[in-house]
Order: sequence, then structure tokens, then C-alpha cells
Amino acid sequence: MAHAVQSHGIEMEFGSNGTRTKVLHGIDFTLDMGRLTMLVGPSGCGKTTLLSILSGTLRPTGGDVDVMGRRITAMADAEKVRFRRDRIGFIFQQYNLLPALTAAENAAMPLVAGGMSLGDGAGRARAVLETLGMGAHADKLPRQLSGGQQQRVAIARAIVHAPALIVCDEPTAALDAQSGRQVMDILKQVSADPGRAVLVVSHDNRIYHYADRIIAMEDGRIAGDSADDTLPEELHVH
Amino acid sequence: MWQVALKMLTGDRAKYIALIFGIAFATLLMSQQVSIFIGLMSRTASQVLDVREADVWVMDPRVRYIDEVEALPDEALGRVRSIDGVAWAVPLFKGLAMFRTTDGLVNQVSLVGVDDETLVGAPRVWLAGGLESLREPDAILFDAQGADFIWPGQDPLAAIGKEAEINDSRVVVRGLVDASAPFITFPIAYMRYSQAITVTPPTRNKLSFVLVRARDGVTAEALASRIEAETGLQALTRDDFAWRSILYYLTRTGIPVNFGITIALAVIVGAAITAQTFYLFVIENLKQFGALKAIGATNRQIAGMVLLQAAVVGALGFCLGIGTCAVFFSFTQDVPALEGFILRWQVLVGVGVVVGLIIAIASLGSLLKVFRVDPAIVFRG
Repeated sequence: MAHAVQSHGIEMEFGSNGTRTKVLHGIDFTLDMGRLTMLVGPSGCGKTTLLSILSGTLRPTGGDVDVMGRRITAMADAEKVRFRRDRIGFIFQQYNLLPALTAAENAAMPLVAGGMSLGDGAGRARAVLETLGMGAHADKLPRQLSGGQQQRVAIARAIVHAPALIVCDEPTAALDAQSGRQVMDILKQVSADPGRAVLVVSHDNRIYHYADRIIAMEDGRIAGDSADDTLPEELHVH
Repeated sequence: MWQVALKMLTGDRAKYIALIFGIAFATLLMSQQVSIFIGLMSRTASQVLDVREADVWVMDPRVRYIDEVEALPDEALGRVRSIDGVAWAVPLFKGLAMFRTTDGLVNQVSLVGVDDETLVGAPRVWLAGGLESLREPDAILFDAQGADFIWPGQDPLAAIGKEAEINDSRVVVRGLVDASAPFITFPIAYMRYSQAITVTPPTRNKLSFVLVRARDGVTAEALASRIEAETGLQALTRDDFAWRSILYYLTRTGIPVNFGITIALAVIVGAAITAQTFYLFVIENLKQFGALKAIGATNRQIAGMVLLQAAVVGALGFCLGIGTCAVFFSFTQDVPALEGFILRWQVLVGVGVVVGLIIAIASLGSLLKVFRVDPAIVFRG
């Protein structure tokens, strides 16, 4: 199975000289294509920091990250922006939809950032929204949608440009149980594409069973991995 | 991305309108105050500029501005007429006089005595009567605002035919003229020169100015230099004398300082409103810009979005403010206190440049913030 992501000794420190805090301690792991991998752990364990580094939005203080065979930790900022735009899809906890744009226009943003007109992009995004059961809401503004619907728009935005890696930060945290399940069902389908990897950061144990693989973190280190049967007992999903 | 920028801008209607009105208010404040200042300063030279027939004004060398009269001896007129290049030269009296109506109301007026023969120096725009009415016995003319000042609440045209006294001499109002408003608030009265020097208190000299027309082919500047050289009097072209009067008020009174403070405050308040509103607009959208950066929008694209938003609100706010200023002066053109005050194109351009600078500074300040925003901000809840 091809690796979507390979990380080598990722380290991250925050703060200035006197008050530097190390939040990641030499993280090594790989992400496989065609799988939904879940990064779990208690709040403050470094999940989101690791996600930010893997997605190229944060530069680590040490170590390297290869995404789709490209070393993003060595890329210049402009190159990294283009790489993110073309190869990575993002799903955020708070959706981060632009309130002035319709669902279709929001979903089209990666295409628009790539140079497509808003009208053409929205046309393409409309088709994606249809597949997610959101066709009837394509022309609505975010404030006219429920949380679950907004998150589905965010999913459409994450997949509209057919990226190879999709990173999701607590995608169900702001949703009720039913909406959370609908979102995870979609992400599960999306991850089934053999040319794509989905990484979900979550501490919502109700959705762990969607994962093909679970990586547990604690205090900035990998505490267990279902891939090598080192997952702590309490995280075993049946 | 420009469509996204415009949608972001207009999506929040309240902030969008606040931004435009902030810039419009700043524009109105600056353009209106600067226009009033320029209008006020222009009034200091209005009596010079109104006499269009004269190319050169000749006066005592000690005279510094139009309202400071140091009379010349009568023979000065003859000396000026004898200078080569002079087509004609006529006397002009300028002084103050007491005007008393039959009701006993007393007003000080600015009395202008124009040449008996040519009537050069009298205004050419008549609201009632005509130039020849000045030749009638005991004739006196007033400007419309002056008539309104002397007989408040009455139709200025009703002043025609009224008898009155000027320095205890009988006069009859024979006409109303439309003269440019002067800097001082006294009504302007016009009489023939021979009459004016008769009704004013006796002094050794009465000739305030000599108005000169240059012969064809002789420039006003050259003639003024020649008159000065040959008579020892001060001779200024019409424009030079107008500017001399304006500069006197600019340098010798507190008006520029006071207006300067007002205009500076207008700029500061306008800049503060505009810059702060726009800066806050961008800052409040910082997370949206962060999301766009995470998704793959480049700093260049985002800079374009912010600059487009700034240009749109700047242009709309400026047009609204300048339009309001123009409407203000249009509606107040007949108000005596603001008569003659207009929105000049130079003010429009100048205020446009200032507003552009304010917007540019606010945009750059906001852009620095946007450039520095970490796209990872979107992962922080």
C-alpha cells in the first residue's frame, strides 16, 4: 500500500527562549492511501499541532514530512501554498465557511484559489454537493444551514479539487450524534478511494469505529497504534 | 478571487455601510472645510477681482491689501496717465461711511466711488436699475446682500427709490448689483467718485487707487513695472494685488491657523474613522483569510482582495462625501454667509489624494496583519 504521508522525527516547540515548551517529541509514522486514519488522544496532547504540520500549515522545529512523496518541510512558503491548494483538503472543527458565500461558492473555494471563476467553480461544487445530499441547499448561505449541513459543505470543499490527502480537525465536535454519524459516513466513503488518504483528529470515542487505523497520542508522543497492536486497551474498538 | 472579495465586503451590510459612511464623512469634513477656507480667503480679494476692466492697480507704496487705503494726491492720476503704455487711467475711491435710513437706523458701509465718466469700478451684474442709474442725482447703489443687511426682512428690490443719508448727505438708492461678497461684513455702496469724495470727511488726499488699462500690446506686468519706475508709486497687476490681499490675511491673521487646525482635525478624525473601520473590518475577517490561506490562497491573492475591498469602499465613500459637499454648497449658494463658496476641482483632487492615502495606509496596516496570520489559526477552535 502506498504511503500518503511519512514523517520522520517531528519535533515542535512553542514559546520564546526562557519559556520554550516542547509539544511534539520526535514523531515517526506513516499514513496509507485508501484508509481512514484517526489520530486520537486527550486535549493538549499535540494532535492538532501534528495535523497542522502534516498539512503544511505549520513548520516544525525539527524533523521532516513527506506528503505524496514531496518533502513539504523543505518547501518554500509559496510552493507549500500551491501544494496545499492542489493536493490537500481541509475540514475544520468550526467549518470556517465564508458567511457571504453560498454553499456551492464555499465548496468551490479551492478551485477559485486555483484560478477558476467563482461561477464555474460553484458549478463544479454543485455536483459534489449533490453527491453529499446537499444539492437542495447549494444556493443557501451558511447561516441558513444546520451545523451538520455546514460540515457537509466543508467536506465538499475538501474534496472538490480531488486532493490526495484530506485532513479533518475534530469534524464532529460541534455536531449532534446523528449529524456526526452522517459526516463520518461520508468521510468513510471518501476514504475508500485508493488514491486518497483521510486523517481525522478526534477525541470523540463515538466515532472511533469508523477508523481503519487509530493512532493514539499522549504528551506529544505516539502512545499506541492499532497497526502494530500497541493501542491502549481502552481505545480498542469492537 | 475578486468576486469573493466583493461578496465578503458586501455580505455584512452593516459593516459595509459603516465603512462607506466613515469615508464619506471624512471626505465631506475635509472638502467642506477646505472649500470654506478657500472661499473666505477669496473674499479678501473679491473687490479687486470684480473690477475686470483694470489691468493694473496703482496705490501708495505702503498699501498692503485692498482694505488698507493710504490715499494718493490727486496729481497721481495725471502722472499715471502720462506713462507710455497706459490706455486709460481712472480714479477709485474706497472708504467707510455712515449710512442712515429714514427710520433712523445707522449702518457703516464700505463706500466705493467709481469714475464719473466711465463708471469703471462699478459691478456689471445688475439686479435692478442699470449702470447709467449711477449718473442720476444723489445716486447710490447697493449690493443685494447689503440691502438685505440694511433693511432686514424686506425684499431687497423694495430698497429702490428709498431716500437715506450717507455721512449726513442725501442719497437715493437707484439700483441693486450682484457683487462678490467681501471679506468684511459691511454692505458695499457705490457712488460716483465726485460724490464719494464730497460726502466723506475732508482729508488732504482722497484718491485711493488709480485703475489702469494697458494699451494693446503692452502686458500688465510690464506696465506695472514702468509705472512704479516712473512714478514711485506701487503698481500691481490685478492678480498680483488680489494675491497680495489674500496673502496679507493668510500671514497677518489667525484665520489660516484656526482653519488649519480645523482641517487637520478633519483629516485626523476622518483618517481615524476610515482607517480604524477598515482595519477592524479586515481583522474581524482574519479567520476567514486564515481559512483561505490554509485552503491554498496565496498572500498575493489575499492582498488583491483586501486592496479591491479598500478601493471599492474608498471610491464609494469619496463619491458620496464629495457629492454631499457639492450638494451642500449648491443649497447654500444664496445664503449670504456662504455666498460664493464653491467646491473647486483642486479641492476635489486634493481631498481625493488624502482619502486615497488614508485608505492606502489602512490597507497596508491590515495587509501586514493578514500576511502574518498563521493559516494554522483555523485549527485553533
